[in-house]
Amino acid sequence: MSDIFNGLAAAFWLIVTLDANLVEISLRSLQVTLSALAIACVFAFPLGTWLAVQRFRLRRTAIATLNALMGLPPVVVGLVVYILLSRSGPFGVLGLLFTPTAMIIAQVIIITPLVASITHQAMRDLWAEYHDLLISLKTTKMQRIRTLIWDGRRTLLTAALAGFGRAIGEVGAIMIVGGNIDHATRVLTTAIALETGKGDFALALGLGFVLIALALAVSIVSHWLSQTEREGRW
Amino acid sequence: MSRLSFARTFVRVVLLSVSLVSGLFAPALARAESLKMAVTTSFNNSGLSDILLPEIKKDLGLDVQLLIVGTGQALRLGQAGDVDAVLVHSRAAEEAFLAAGYGTHRREIMYNDFVLIGPKSDPAGIAGAKTAVEALKKIAAAKVPFVSRGDDSGTNKKELSLWKSAGMDSSGFGSWYRAVGAGMGASLNTASGMNAYIMSDRASWLKFANKGDLKLLYAGDPVLFNQYAFIPVNPKLHPQVKTDLVAKLETWLTSEKAEKIINDYKINGEKLFVFNAKR
Repeated sequence: MSDIFNGLAAAFWLIVTLDANLVEISLRSLQVTLSALAIACVFAFPLGTWLAVQRFRLRRTAIATLNALMGLPPVVVGLVVYILLSRSGPFGVLGLLFTPTAMIIAQVIIITPLVASITHQAMRDLWAEYHDLLISLKTTKMQRIRTLIWDGRRTLLTAALAGFGRAIGEVGAIMIVGGNIDHATRVLTTAIALETGKGDFALALGLGFVLIALALAVSIVSHWLSQTEREGRW
Repeated sequence: MSRLSFARTFVRVVLLSVSLVSGLFAPALARAESLKMAVTTSFNNSGLSDILLPEIKKDLGLDVQLLIVGTGQALRLGQAGDVDAVLVHSRAAEEAFLAAGYGTHRREIMYNDFVLIGPKSDPAGIAGAKTAVEALKKIAAAKVPFVSRGDDSGTNKKELSLWKSAGMDSSGFGSWYRAVGAGMGASLNTASGMNAYIMSDRASWLKFANKGDLKLLYAGDPVLFNQYAFIPVNPKLHPQVKTDLVAKLETWLTSEKAEKIINDYKINGEKLFVFNAKR
């Protein structure tokens, strides 16, 4: 039990004294995860919506595959990205291994199916509601997808937050492709793994509490910005 | 309206992601020269790197980015050209690496030693052993839990070679022999949790904060010496390797200043590393 109190105390002091290292790795965590999330959403929102609107032969298979990919093991994604980006791999000339960019690439692969799948679930219901209207207005497929994305933007926020949650707490893939290099690719989760390895549980736990607080803050800020849960709005 | 707003939002999201990604590169461009070096977990866990790196930065203006892995993986990184140099401790593996042409040369820098850790009560009675091999034989005879790194690191290779010298094959051991496949710190955590015997380098042990009921039981046999060597990656195979910076770093690591820092580094008053580079 005392380990948990020590962890809380460590987290408190790290935050109160604005520890320079903590600020640096927290910002890097946010940068990597938010970049990956933004890129993933650009692909996942239209893909998920398209799957809700479009009817084609392998639709069910495609949706089942997408749902299965939600459980993509991060360690395997990390390993594959690592092999592709290694100097002796096909994209080695780019010199991206052990950079934040490599971490972003791995996270995009991990969270895109998750965001797309949740988008699809939400859009399926919305499409049932909008179907007759949009068909009778003779809208094109592109217009339908745009309308659904715009009108369903608040549910998409949930999809994006789910993606954020998965990415910010992820350690397996970014440890492999980022290498946990101090001042270059160290983020909160890899720092926690490192401190645990040193047996410094208080500091590791302290960083863990900071990570949880960060996820909470992002969620609250995004809800506040999009003005959900307010009177007169849904 | 809705379509226009959608397009606008879309553009905003793309701009945001582009600016975030470019924000990551900006500091990298502004930073000093840097090179990547793969080092063993024991070198980093000892805390020595935390003292050496700022000095290197001060003297050479060079950011040494450390990849902290086992010796096996460090050599793989060098072989693939993903790092510019390696600092490892497993002579046989290093020589094989050089023989295959992956590195240019091997420069010995310093050494520390391995120690045997176990429960305070010492059920196998290794504290009185005369040699490291005898101590391991006693552990095997008592069939008390023993944690092995099992990750092909330098420490792991040394441990396996000691079992071999004892005339035993670790793959045939029963459930008391637990290969955890983890770094030094994580393995020490496991040993601490199971109150098991383990072989560690002295530095990692002294720095380790979660000792629990464990104690240093055996040390001092010359076979437990642990030589660290610096190997630059061969630029003929990997033209992107920063050979000039690697040479500067090697000169610094073998300098009188490095000698003083390494020899003076102490934890709880105990000296950890002995500088032995030839100039």
